[in-house]
Amino acid sequence: MKNPGVKRSIIYALLIAGAIAMLMPFFWMVTTALKTPPEATTMPPVWIPEVLQWSNFVEAWNTAPFARYFLNSFFISITCTVLEVITAILAAYAFAKMQFFGKNVLFVILLGTMMIPGEVLLIPNFLTLSKLGWINTYKALIIPWIASVFAIFLVRQFFMTIPEELWEAARIDGCSRLRYLFQIMVPLAKPAIVTIALFKFIGSWNAFLWVLIMTNTSAMRTVPVGLSFFVSDVGTDYHLLMAASTFAMLPVLIIFLAAQKQFIQGIARVGIKG
Amino acid sequence: MAEPGEQLAVPKVDIEAKIPRRPRKQRRWGKFWVDTFWAYTFLLPTLAVLGVFVFYPVLKALSLSFYEWDMISPNPKWVGIGNYTDLLQDDLFWKSLGNTFYYVIGSVPITIVIALAIALLLNSKINFRGLFRLAYFMPYITSTVAITMVWRWLYHDRFGLFNYILGLFDIDMVRWLMDPKWAMPAVIILSIWRHLGYDVVIFLAGLQNIDEEVYEAARVDGAEGWQLFRYITWPLLSPTTFFILIISIIGSFKVFTEIFVLLPGGGPLNSAMTAVYYVYEKGFGEWQMGYASAAAYVLFFIIFAFTLVQMYVARRRVHY
Repeated sequence: MKNPGVKRSIIYALLIAGAIAMLMPFFWMVTTALKTPPEATTMPPVWIPEVLQWSNFVEAWNTAPFARYFLNSFFISITCTVLEVITAILAAYAFAKMQFFGKNVLFVILLGTMMIPGEVLLIPNFLTLSKLGWINTYKALIIPWIASVFAIFLVRQFFMTIPEELWEAARIDGCSRLRYLFQIMVPLAKPAIVTIALFKFIGSWNAFLWVLIMTNTSAMRTVPVGLSFFVSDVGTDYHLLMAASTFAMLPVLIIFLAAQKQFIQGIARVGIKG
Repeated sequence: MAEPGEQLAVPKVDIEAKIPRRPRKQRRWGKFWVDTFWAYTFLLPTLAVLGVFVFYPVLKALSLSFYEWDMISPNPKWVGIGNYTDLLQDDLFWKSLGNTFYYVIGSVPITIVIALAIALLLNSKINFRGLFRLAYFMPYITSTVAITMVWRWLYHDRFGLFNYILGLFDIDMVRWLMDPKWAMPAVIILSIWRHLGYDVVIFLAGLQNIDEEVYEAARVDGAEGWQLFRYITWPLLSPTTFFILIISIIGSFKVFTEIFVLLPGGGPLNSAMTAVYYVYEKGFGEWQMGYASAAAYVLFFIIFAFTLVQMYVARRRVHY
């Protein structure tokens, strides 16, 4: 391929073909969501519905308690994110800036927990939560998820780059440890904290197996679990199912589009597997 | 020290280098123990949560795996390694492991090869790189349940898009989710589509780490095209490739949600029953808590083996 113009055209053609393949399911979802039932079940398929059926969204929303699911999802995701950020900041500070008894051993043990697949913990955790009487409560969906070794590790790495002299100076000015941590260290570590918060929010929003097991009434379900039960509500009404899928993925998509840069940089740096 | 995030290409466990040792001379004992008190105060929430929901259950699961218990009878019954020997004779368990390996081998290598090709294309001098990257990445970020619903619809026998496209090429309709032969491939295709963007982003980061000067030097020596890839890109990218490989294998062993939504119950004739699905069925479908724990521990050991390989190689990784 000597001709650079030809080569570039081929690259574009391949990339565009790939992008179409990647986006096609999203397109298929949205068009189906806007079709009438007969249009959705016709072969060859109707690509663009004759009249856009916006009412499908309303009908899907009202067929199951989606308002409740969204409320639950927002509440759980936001609470988990805020609490995890706080616990991570505190723990990361201890590991990055303090000398204490058992520090190295503890750090290795914590890193070791990253090798434990959460699936192994499901059954004993279910038993613990049953014993505590937490099954089907917000506590069961929040408390076990507010500490993350991964988040601690990431923030600690950032904290370690902040010179110790800053603390010496602040201390001489009469600054307490906690105030120093939250007013000086935290703003400096903002990129790391934004990264863990973003991943936590999206991770909590999309969490499935845990919520499926720990809840048993629709009042406690989150959006993904509610959506998985929606199938039994609407059966083969795929236009409603696609409408519900569309609004179920909307919040995360919006956050992702708004914070795309932080997100992709975060993944490129640390390879977080969601 | 490099950029704060940069040194994290893989969370390397390099304790010795990163925790500065306590300078012995200046430390007074009193201050050390005061600091210890405060440090543990800061660590308290983390340690409490991890203690109750990670450390305790990991041991509890092991002990449970030696008992038989349905959660109704008051006392678990000790059966020793009985659950493990039963597992060895359970055809469904073997089938679920086999399906899991089928899934891992079917999805991981293909995803990596396609992702590398896309990353190489994106890494050439093109416009709209951000837009393309966005398109490839979107499937990864969306809710698994929601997007799997969409794929259920794409795979629909009569009205699904895939069978329509096959029809255009005069290929017989495939009963994707009804035919035991096609259930697992259906999950694999979905998985490749969903994870491609993640691998692309990591490959792109790896490619951008390779110094342009290396290529220039090679070009001066007369290398071009395929040779540049074979002798420069591929070897220098190998740590990235290896990282993606292991991370994907570990992640793929845990596949559950896609199957739960796409093929409820594990597919026709359990053709899509995977290891985690098996644990879920035994534990929360049949309430065999001990037996399910034993199965979970077998899965744990398989994943653990891969993690150890990753850590071993990560330590000897090329640093640049």
